[in-house]
Amino acid sequence: MPIETWLTFLLGFMILGSIVALEIKDILSSIVAIGVVGLAVSLAFLFLQAPDLAVVQFLFEIFALIILVRTFIRKDFHVMEKASSGRWIIGFTLIGLAAVFLLSLKVFRVLPPFGEPLMETSRYYLEHGAADTGAANIVAGIILDYRAFDTLGEVTVLLTAILGTLTVLRFRARDGKGGGR
Amino acid sequence: MTLYALCFALFLVGLYGLLTKRDLIKIILSSGIMGYACNLMLVLFGYRRGGVYPILEPGREAAPMVDPLPQALVLTSIVIELGVTALLAALAIRLFQKYRTYDITKIRRLSG
Amino acid sequence: MTDKPAGMTLIIKTVCRLLVGLILLYGIYIILHGHLSPGGGFGGGVVLALGLLAVLLAYGREETLNWLRLGLLKDLEHASPLAFLLVGLAGVAWGGAFLANILSKGRLFALLSSGLILPLNVVIGLKVGLSLFLVVLAMAEFDLDKGAEE
Repeated sequence: MPIETWLTFLLGFMILGSIVALEIKDILSSIVAIGVVGLAVSLAFLFLQAPDLAVVQFLFEIFALIILVRTFIRKDFHVMEKASSGRWIIGFTLIGLAAVFLLSLKVFRVLPPFGEPLMETSRYYLEHGAADTGAANIVAGIILDYRAFDTLGEVTVLLTAILGTLTVLRFRARDGKGGGR
Repeated sequence: MTLYALCFALFLVGLYGLLTKRDLIKIILSSGIMGYACNLMLVLFGYRRGGVYPILEPGREAAPMVDPLPQALVLTSIVIELGVTALLAALAIRLFQKYRTYDITKIRRLSG
Repeated sequence: MTDKPAGMTLIIKTVCRLLVGLILLYGIYIILHGHLSPGGGFGGGVVLALGLLAVLLAYGREETLNWLRLGLLKDLEHASPLAFLLVGLAGVAWGGAFLANILSKGRLFALLSSGLILPLNVVIGLKVGLSLFLVVLAMAEFDLDKGAEE
């Protein structure tokens, strides 16, 4: 089967899974549905010949599930309370988003067709990547040698987010048997 | 072209959830869905028909490979998504401690 | 993370004790082979965090905090971005540009090759793994029913 068939099936499955995750009332079921959508994204990355991304997406998805389950599931709070906001807001939002979707179909006609990218910079990276950096994994060579400054920015953003999380949760380091809090 | 349209439809499902839902858990899940759609669309732009993954091996030289540049960008994006989700979950659990509910129409007082 | 006698049953504790070394070894393998096979610093770092998380789930909060040295972990986690910057400044001192690739490039497909990519992978793996584990530990220690103080 050609790859478009696989990807269309996976995308349809993802849209169905995300609608289920948003509409269902039980919290644990919606978190599990988001996990399934994330695994489908990892499968799509494998079909698109990106094994680096598939591994990283799968592992980070599991971690996000663990954090969400710890935050929202407890013994006395399992089902949500009432429905979402009023009918006018839902109606206007649906009409607006449908209009945006129909108008965007014109834009997708202008892009290069699926399967023939314009690889102007990437042609240089593919031909001279192994000789310049010495790495067999060209993606690792790009993020750590050609564009290492972007990786520095990403480390900074991750550090800021984690420090913000630890500060909001008022985390203090305790050494050994509970001394020095 | 149908693939791009379907990916954009996934993004719009996430945006619908962000605009209309009233519960904090649904808002966090919607931002996750929008992140998946963006990453998938970037990698879709870089696929080359008949290409192989961009890793050299001793038996195989640079055959026509897929585009490695969107993959490098999306790798950074996935890591940052997790950091943002962790921060949102920490804020949610702290709000629950003060207000005992996850409903955003009941969380009104901004100070104190 | 529970209020009952903390941790899980004896079977889970024994299996966890046997497996943790293998999980950490697997994470170190992914980090060190980042320039030869998919994964790299980010994937390997998450595997390290998941290995430590397995210990936290199986043994409960108190025993894990007695076993780890939390101050050391926090210091290592705060020092990793500084290590990244120092490696970059070493590139300035010897190479002329920030984060230039100054060490020797070696043979292709060897383990100790590709210049500065290997130390950077190790620094990133350490940072990602320790950050994620500290976040989950902070969530486990968060006492929900302490009321809205200050």
